[in-house]
Amino acid sequence: MTVDAPPAPARARRDPRPALRWLVGRAVGGVLVLWAVATLIFFAVRLVPGDPAEAILGGPGSQASDEALALVREQYGLDRPLVVQYLAQLGRLATGDLGSSYSLRVDVADLLLAQLPGTLVLAAAALVVAWALALAGAWWASRSGPVGARVSSGLEVLASSLPQFWLASVLIVVFSTELGWFPPVSTGTPLGLVLPVVTLAVPVAGFLGQVTRDSLLEASAAPFALSARARGETPGGLFARHLLRHAALPGLALSGWAFGSLLSGAVVVESVFARPGLGRTLLQAVTLRDVPLVTGVALASALAYVVVVALGDLAERLVDPRRRTP
Amino acid sequence: MTVLPGLPGGAGGPVAPGTDLAPAPRPARRPRPSPVEVAAAALLGLLVLAAVAPGLLAPADPLAVAPADAFSPPSLAHPFGTDESGRGLWTRVVHGTGASLLIGLLATLLGTGLGVVLGVASGLGRGVAGRVADAGVGRLIEVLFALPGLLLALVVIAFTGPGALPATLAVGLATAPGYARIVRTQVATVRRSAMVEQAVVLGRSPATVLLRHVLPNALAPVAVLATLGVGQAVVWASSLSYLGLGSPPPAPEWGAMLAAGRTYLGSAWWMTVFPGLAVVVTAAASTVLGRALTRRRTEVR
Repeated sequence: MTVDAPPAPARARRDPRPALRWLVGRAVGGVLVLWAVATLIFFAVRLVPGDPAEAILGGPGSQASDEALALVREQYGLDRPLVVQYLAQLGRLATGDLGSSYSLRVDVADLLLAQLPGTLVLAAAALVVAWALALAGAWWASRSGPVGARVSSGLEVLASSLPQFWLASVLIVVFSTELGWFPPVSTGTPLGLVLPVVTLAVPVAGFLGQVTRDSLLEASAAPFALSARARGETPGGLFARHLLRHAALPGLALSGWAFGSLLSGAVVVESVFARPGLGRTLLQAVTLRDVPLVTGVALASALAYVVVVALGDLAERLVDPRRRTP
Repeated sequence: MTVLPGLPGGAGGPVAPGTDLAPAPRPARRPRPSPVEVAAAALLGLLVLAAVAPGLLAPADPLAVAPADAFSPPSLAHPFGTDESGRGLWTRVVHGTGASLLIGLLATLLGTGLGVVLGVASGLGRGVAGRVADAGVGRLIEVLFALPGLLLALVVIAFTGPGALPATLAVGLATAPGYARIVRTQVATVRRSAMVEQAVVLGRSPATVLLRHVLPNALAPVAVLATLGVGQAVVWASSLSYLGLGSPPPAPEWGAMLAAGRTYLGSAWWMTVFPGLAVVVTAAASTVLGRALTRRRTEVR
């Protein structure tokens, strides 16, 4: 290499290319995932026995006339070759047109956008609560010796094996029916949000707590923790300034998994607490076998998954300096 | 690293102080099971007994209706209370064990089976075809991960319609990507091991190498994970039933009981709480045992 190279490090840090490459890579991967999900669902619909035209008119029970079926076939292009239908579907999806719901007769994209905020608020609040519980539990366990470790480990196993529908039912029985503290159905008030958020957060906190506690204990046994303590760092300061980063890392790496748990939890929680949202829309779509709506929710959740995993990766890089250098 | 006692936890709960907290005088190769693990194993034994011979634990008929007894709260005659037709819930929960565990086992079998096929297919091929297969399966797993948890199961049910068999199929398919990813990594690791290299040098046929060396080593962690997976599968299947997509209500199956109890949550909480408790116990016991097995596997190494 040449000797008179300019002092590179200062410039390399501002070089936008690694960041750009990261973004492009994530975007291309995301588009591929969405394409694959759309393709899988398109062909799954065609593999399942039954007439798609009949499904559009409300299933076999609807006893649609032959003329109506023929009309629907022509209208939806079901009489064209499969490849043409597939390409047409991909073309529509690429322009953001998710079609219109069979059962509700409304535009799927509009419907999803209207349902998104409810689920987003629920999931975000649950994620914050879950992290708070996991970190508090890990901190408590690290301070209270082997007995504390055993107790918190037992609580984590219990929390992570609680089915959400059961937890929700028990919470409703105790806090709504018996004590009357919180409404049993979501009313849109902050009070109505408490039980759904707790239901959603507890199992996630159980899983996050397990990995967080393990890495926190590993970090507090590391030499850097000892030297910080020797410098006179208080336990709280040691936790906040030194150990927290290490404790949070494995949990952040699990963000894709946590997202999945929150979203499948949202299906249950929204239906138990009668809360409008994406989860309940999906359940409705599945029950009524509304193919455009199922496709829409699946694509939306796949997109959200890709974004969440990317954000988790970004957060890991922010928290962990070792991962910043390309 | 100093081994902090009781840390690589799977066991928790009330443990007599000092049981195995004192440093062992010699490195124990096979750690003694903790009381919680023993309790979990006993619970699973009880569940298996309930599945095989429900009449021993609950002699009454789970389908016989007694309208006069409808909606009785838990009592001595009916420890779990009765449902809307006066059927004892204890009897129904016990008689439902077999069906619920079977769904969990079948779903796990399907999930691990598919996972092994996908994982082996991606990890074994040679040359260009092998690389293409590996990349293809890797992508497929990634795509299925984008529909996490219940989502994939729900999408499957959208096509099959509701029912016990579709729910089993859906849960099995939804767990397959997770197992496939583990098998794929494991096969890739074992393939590069000295053991396999030597077998190839000795002139063993690819089939022999696969059956005698790669598969047994790749499957061991899957078998342990499947213990954890059965509990998860039971939870998912019962969640689907609760949402009205699994077994339909008259059957004595936990999910179906939960679906029936949902309507009466405000007035007859026991209809939801006790069948759900059976699911919780199954899931917790399988988690504790699965984690104990995982720990043992890594410690014996």
